[in-house]
Amino acid sequence: MTSTERTDVLVVGSGFGGAITAYHLAAGGAKVEILERGPWLTAKDFEQDFMLGSSYTRIFDFTVGEGMSILGGNCVGGGSVVYFAAMPRAPRFVFERQGGLGRRVWPASVSRDTLDPWYDRVAESIPITKQDWDDVTYAGGLWAAACDHSGRTANPVPAAVDRNRCTNCNWMMAGCKFDAKQSLLLNYLPAALAHGARIRPLHEVQRIERNHDGSYRVHYDLIDEEDYRIRSAGGAIDAKIVVLAAGAGATPVILQRSEAALGRMPHGVGRYFSGNGERLNTAVLNEDRVREVLGLTREGGLAYAANQIGKGPTVANWDRLDGSLPEFTRYSLEQLYFPPGLGTILAQVADAVGPSWFGVRKKEMLSRWQSWLIIFQMIEDANEGVFGPPPAAGNADRISQQMLGVGRLRYDPAETTLRAWAMADAEVKEILERDGLAEVTAWTNDVVGAYTVHPLSSCRIGDDPATSALDDRNELRGHPGIFVTDGSAVPTALTVNPAMTIAALAERAVPGIVRAARERGVEVTYGAPAPDGATSGRRGVAELVPTLMRK
Amino acid sequence: MPPGTPAEDSIRTITLEAFADTIIPGEKRHPGDRAVAGAAAGGGAVQAGAIELLQWNATGVSEGLDDYARLLNEHASAYADEAGLVLDASVPPFVALPFEHRTALVARLTAPDHPEKPFWILLALFSNMAYDSAAHMHTAEAIAAGHPGLRAMGIAAPGADGLWRFPAFSYGRPLARLHPDTTPSGSPA
Ligand SMILES: Cc1cc2nc3c(=O)[nH]c(=O)nc-3n(C[C@H](O)[C@H](O)[C@H](O)COP(=O)(O)OP(=O)(O)OC[C@H]3O[C@@H](n4cnc5c(N)ncnc54)[C@H](O)[C@@H]3O)c2cc1C
Repeated sequence: MTSTERTDVLVVGSGFGGAITAYHLAAGGAKVEILERGPWLTAKDFEQDFMLGSSYTRIFDFTVGEGMSILGGNCVGGGSVVYFAAMPRAPRFVFERQGGLGRRVWPASVSRDTLDPWYDRVAESIPITKQDWDDVTYAGGLWAAACDHSGRTANPVPAAVDRNRCTNCNWMMAGCKFDAKQSLLLNYLPAALAHGARIRPLHEVQRIERNHDGSYRVHYDLIDEEDYRIRSAGGAIDAKIVVLAAGAGATPVILQRSEAALGRMPHGVGRYFSGNGERLNTAVLNEDRVREVLGLTREGGLAYAANQIGKGPTVANWDRLDGSLPEFTRYSLEQLYFPPGLGTILAQVADAVGPSWFGVRKKEMLSRWQSWLIIFQMIEDANEGVFGPPPAAGNADRISQQMLGVGRLRYDPAETTLRAWAMADAEVKEILERDGLAEVTAWTNDVVGAYTVHPLSSCRIGDDPATSALDDRNELRGHPGIFVTDGSAVPTALTVNPAMTIAALAERAVPGIVRAARERGVEVTYGAPAPDGATSGRRGVAELVPTLMRK
Repeated sequence: MPPGTPAEDSIRTITLEAFADTIIPGEKRHPGDRAVAGAAAGGGAVQAGAIELLQWNATGVSEGLDDYARLLNEHASAYADEAGLVLDASVPPFVALPFEHRTALVARLTAPDHPEKPFWILLALFSNMAYDSAAHMHTAEAIAAGHPGLRAMGIAAPGADGLWRFPAFSYGRPLARLHPDTTPSGSPA
């Protein structure tokens, strides 16, 4: 028998939750291994191409569930490589949410005030631009003008995009060829590597078991680099600390599969999943009305006709992010872009008598594609999602060579969720159908159920062991030394894009992981600067660190 | 690479063509075209390459195409019986269905309560993908070749180096009041 490899810290997944913790632990002196199921691509590999097998399908993942499908990253850098890079902080009221519990869901130690210094750390590490009206795309500008016309406000959304490099090509989901998008490939991950961390792509973690000495043995398969349906025997690595950051659609599945070996999992593992209350609407604009009513014109005598141009979301309406409104009635409405391939099938024709998402009228609607404007709702859902028993491997039975698979998530929207979606639908309609500007319809939930690019909460932090799988420092209850730092840990829907909050919570989890690692004999310290050496973020959290490191 | 062979005029192929044509309809390719119903002007999913895409094993449905065609024809026969339609026996039953009945049957098979729904949704997904993104071709080449879906959608061609860049992208002026509770970094308070 060959001896099993050993490391201090094993990180599963290389998205926000994995990259951030891996960097700090490596910089603090620990030996860190990162296992990532997807391939390792960089700017030179990214292709502006919808052909199956191009970077778009290699790095992107679409997992169909029952009532909810999840879209995410499948590559080194995780969701940060495919995402749209909108990086707002969550509004204050979100941390006070009660969900269906009748009491605060978030841990008492986390509020907007206590999280702000951690948000600052992220903002120092990932260059985030506060966008100006000059950065706002036609689609964003149109949304702003329509909001204004209906008496509402609208805000350019802060984004991790370098405006000098961005070409507004809207190929963000295929990976940014121009390195304008400040993905984790450009900050935390290279810094982690510089401190000796190792990244192993195409390594998919399946399960964890406990060794007699209290360390963990993590088992992985090797994934074929072209056809992800093909897997081969991998191996196992022993680690004193395991950081799970496979994303909210995958982390709970690994834990469920490990239950036989690790012993009983907390109740919250694979429960309370939130899709961040996401839902899309498509408006088909009347170009003449855009010119006449909103006074918008652009080069070539056009009014809009610019669906293809841009950099994902640039403007959001935040009027309903008002803490004085009742829970489940607060949401944001954000302009978005969703490319063809996945971004048209769910759009419905207006006033359908026959089928709403295919057929003759759908084809007519597609012929006006350049005049589409997509609006993204993020409402407060009720953490309805539950994962069934895990599939044989990974988190889905893969159908296509890449991208498409069938997972085990079940999501049956609560009355409050349906009502909030209906409210938001009505408001988008009210804004965009005013004065004949557009025809608006919601994406159908009848084809693949609801869908989310923002999976959250399937293994969440909290104070109450009955409803949170993790304690308030991200350690898995009853399984010391296992931490979860990805979107699964976020307790509730956020009403805004989640990556900034996922990243801030991952930053906040590091001192507790350092404490646990030291107790397990790892020589590691807390206190690395930002990946580029900047130190003001570190100063900002200094007062909070001792409490987080206390036993 | 997807198989480049032209679709043979088999029962399977015309059945699947008729399905794809129901998702994104097109004009007949020639006067005697039975698979494409001719319900819309311009090329539809079939002309866009739906069969090439479905036959490519990268999709994960290529192995199941015989089953798809067989089942679809079984459903079509049952549907015709139920609706009291007499079908032309010289073509497969689904192909023999008039367009509005093909549409009604596909709507039924893809409805949330149908037991085979996920199976049919997959076929619809790839049929649509052939049209809206030419997923069996390099996008730039598809545009250059006048791909009917990308052309109908008005998708702009890339620059000379094969990359997309849009130097003009912004109205470049304030278009709304900002929310009063915005922090200096641009987030909600
Ligand atoms: C199209 C799109 C656009 C988005 N736009 C925005 C946006 O503008 N703003 C925003 O805030 N958020 C956005 N998001 C969401 C954002 O990307 C995610 O919230 C974020 O990446 C989640 O971080 P994470 O750490 O939870 O997991 P991820 O970033 O998803 O990382 C998890 C990683 O783990 C890997 N993995 C999974 N299973 C295993 C396993 N068994 N073994 C090893 N590795 C595994 C995955 O391949 C992945 O790389 C977008 C998402 C998508 C899909």
